[in-house]
Amino acid sequence: MRGDAGVVCFPLTTEEVQHCVRIAGRHGRAVVPRGAGTGLAGGAVPQDAPVVVVTTKMQQVEVDRDRRLVWVQPGVINLDLTKQLRPDGFHFAPDPSSQQSCSLGGNVANNSGGPHCLAYGVTSAHVVAIEVVLGDGELTMLGGLDPEPAGYDLRGVFVGSEGCVGIATRIAVRLTPNPPAVATLLADFVEPADAAAAVSAIIAAGVVPAAIEMMDQRITQAVEAFVGAGYPTDAGAILLVEVDGLPGGVAAETALVDEVCRAHRARSVRVAADDEERMLLWKGRKTAFGAVARVKPNYYLHDTVVPRTKLLDVLRQVYEIADRHGIIVMNVFHAGDGNLHPLLVFDAREPGVLDRVHAAGEEIVRASLDAGGVLSGEHGIGLEKQPFMGWQFTTVDLDAQARLRDAFDPDGRCNPAKVLPAGSRCGDLQHLDDSRRRQLLDDGAWV
Amino acid sequence: MTATDQSRAGAAQLGRVVRDPILLAFADEVGAAEAGPVAVEGGRTQWEVGAPDVPTAGPGDVRLVRAPSGVVAFEPAEMTVLVRAGTTVAELDAELRPSGQQVALEGFEPGATVGGVLSVGRSGITRLGHGPVRDTLLQARYLSAEGLLVTAGGPTVKNVTGFDLCRLLVGSLGTIGLLGDVLLRTRPRPQHSGWWCGEADPFALQDQLYRPTSLLWDGTRVWLRLDGYHADVADQAAVAERLGLAACEGPPVLPAGRCSVDPGALRRLDAARREAGGFVAEIGVGIVHGRWDGPRPTPPDHQVRALHRRIRRAFDPTGRLNPGRDPLAASQPITAGQEASR
Repeated sequence: MRGDAGVVCFPLTTEEVQHCVRIAGRHGRAVVPRGAGTGLAGGAVPQDAPVVVVTTKMQQVEVDRDRRLVWVQPGVINLDLTKQLRPDGFHFAPDPSSQQSCSLGGNVANNSGGPHCLAYGVTSAHVVAIEVVLGDGELTMLGGLDPEPAGYDLRGVFVGSEGCVGIATRIAVRLTPNPPAVATLLADFVEPADAAAAVSAIIAAGVVPAAIEMMDQRITQAVEAFVGAGYPTDAGAILLVEVDGLPGGVAAETALVDEVCRAHRARSVRVAADDEERMLLWKGRKTAFGAVARVKPNYYLHDTVVPRTKLLDVLRQVYEIADRHGIIVMNVFHAGDGNLHPLLVFDAREPGVLDRVHAAGEEIVRASLDAGGVLSGEHGIGLEKQPFMGWQFTTVDLDAQARLRDAFDPDGRCNPAKVLPAGSRCGDLQHLDDSRRRQLLDDGAWV
Repeated sequence: MTATDQSRAGAAQLGRVVRDPILLAFADEVGAAEAGPVAVEGGRTQWEVGAPDVPTAGPGDVRLVRAPSGVVAFEPAEMTVLVRAGTTVAELDAELRPSGQQVALEGFEPGATVGGVLSVGRSGITRLGHGPVRDTLLQARYLSAEGLLVTAGGPTVKNVTGFDLCRLLVGSLGTIGLLGDVLLRTRPRPQHSGWWCGEADPFALQDQLYRPTSLLWDGTRVWLRLDGYHADVADQAAVAERLGLAACEGPPVLPAGRCSVDPGALRRLDAARREAGGFVAEIGVGIVHGRWDGPRPTPPDHQVRALHRRIRRAFDPTGRLNPGRDPLAASQPITAGQEASR
């Protein structure tokens, strides 16, 4: 994706953000907020020469231990925040793979996830209040320090809105206490089918681990060659499972996960002996995307979610689709919540390869939706998945989303080209008589 | 093939077209905008919220409608349940219980419906451990002011596809749309659960316990709920007992009146207010039941009020959905003066 920025601003304060937005408005330019730029759906890629407001220099952190929350400016890096909180026994729970470089403002814009969101919830569950500069440059506070602020949950609407309804300038997020006990298990399967079945069986047995990650053979081999995490390179698939909490529960759940994996023909289940081994197992998972460079210089990473029980069916289709298009696919993903991340790896210098990568990607998205899934689990829609929105939502659904967006930003100043495809607004829906209404319902609301 | 044709073909293939006869019947009952104002009725257990003066029957020409009820599909291995909005929370709980799961909707009066609890958006006293009501909602199919079925969110436990209309619906008092059915996240039922109470410092307990389920305080006495594996509950109970608690029946009867305050204000409450009592506060959360004369949250600023007006007008241009209810008026504490006049 190529960007077309008009002016790029690096504000330090809320007031400076307001100035940027007002000046942009006076010159009829849109505003595109941008954090660290690690997003994968193009939500922060400028189009048509807007004013780009880059928040990376907004780095203040104020910890409020009494309230168990921390106020951050949007440029604070995810992992830096967790490191800063560690001595007090807390962390920020969402931990995207890009956590070494992604910023909190971007996490809020994309409602980011990460391996540990299985038990702890995505960013929305951790954001308490957001100071926002609206499209007209006015300042407001969405949410609040009290648990049930009066009115609509505008905080919840803002999280995940991909910069389309305003710019976050200060964010209050919850501190999550570090668990007293943690166990990380590595289970090694010959058949990927057994690994996928084990994932559903663990959940059905009443355990919600902190994380369940799955890696197929290709990515396991690439990672092992890259960091030497101690992964078995002859495994058809591996599961990385983490359970945490109080020691009794961790012991009980460790035993249960071990039993379920063995019952699903795991060749071995290894519990990390100490923190060092645990960190190494995670290092392998978190550097997986870097390891891909050992295979091919470029990759296209997808992000769809399917029901856990459909993981295996969809994975089979993913391999079949990639084979048919002559593309290598590697799978490393958040199996516990059904969040697939097929990596299509290729060499962009090869003529015509990008067309095949895009065609394969589109088929993978369709296969995920066919299985009852959704377009995106944590990367967002941005520009990338805009053309597919009509596959998941009806025109009536999209019109409702457009009404919400337009209520926040009536002049369409904030990141206007993103998320909703052209034609999402359906003015005539507001003036339906009953016969037209019935006709729409009979048609399944596909106008 | 045009883009619309493609969408239609895609949707038909995906089975996403809503042809659920029960929802369509509900759509017919609600009707198009010309059918006039409608109010939705659940179990009336929180009927007064956001509309202190709404009469118990439909006011004037407002028609009262009820959402359909029943559990449609429970998927234990997905940890999700699809349920009609008019189903009672108790009925849903009974359906989930044999599988060892529950939804984090707890502590509501008998008769409270799933749709009502979500539309009001108030959480029960286990919010500290189980999270707020709003986080349970994954997908909603609702009737718009035009009488059309709209799908918000998606059926998976993780989803960031498009704008998050589900968050807007929770706590909206039926002013955005009328819930038809909802897909909720379930959670494992704890192996063991118990209450401990006594005179103790709730903030010391909060600091020393790991993620308790509920911590209530009336200025003097504390009620603590612990959930989890037997060994862990026993360990945590030992900590609580060292700080002055003993196993007890809980929770206390909550006094009438409820408001949402900064939980930091509870920690800084002065001795006179603590001793005067008259409240039960949720420590670590900030919900106060009963009388509250302490500091109140800053009222929503004029930008937030303007956003409310614009959003409501955008979703309901003729003002036909639950007229008279105002989500901005939902937090109503009882002050000392009001209590004297009751």
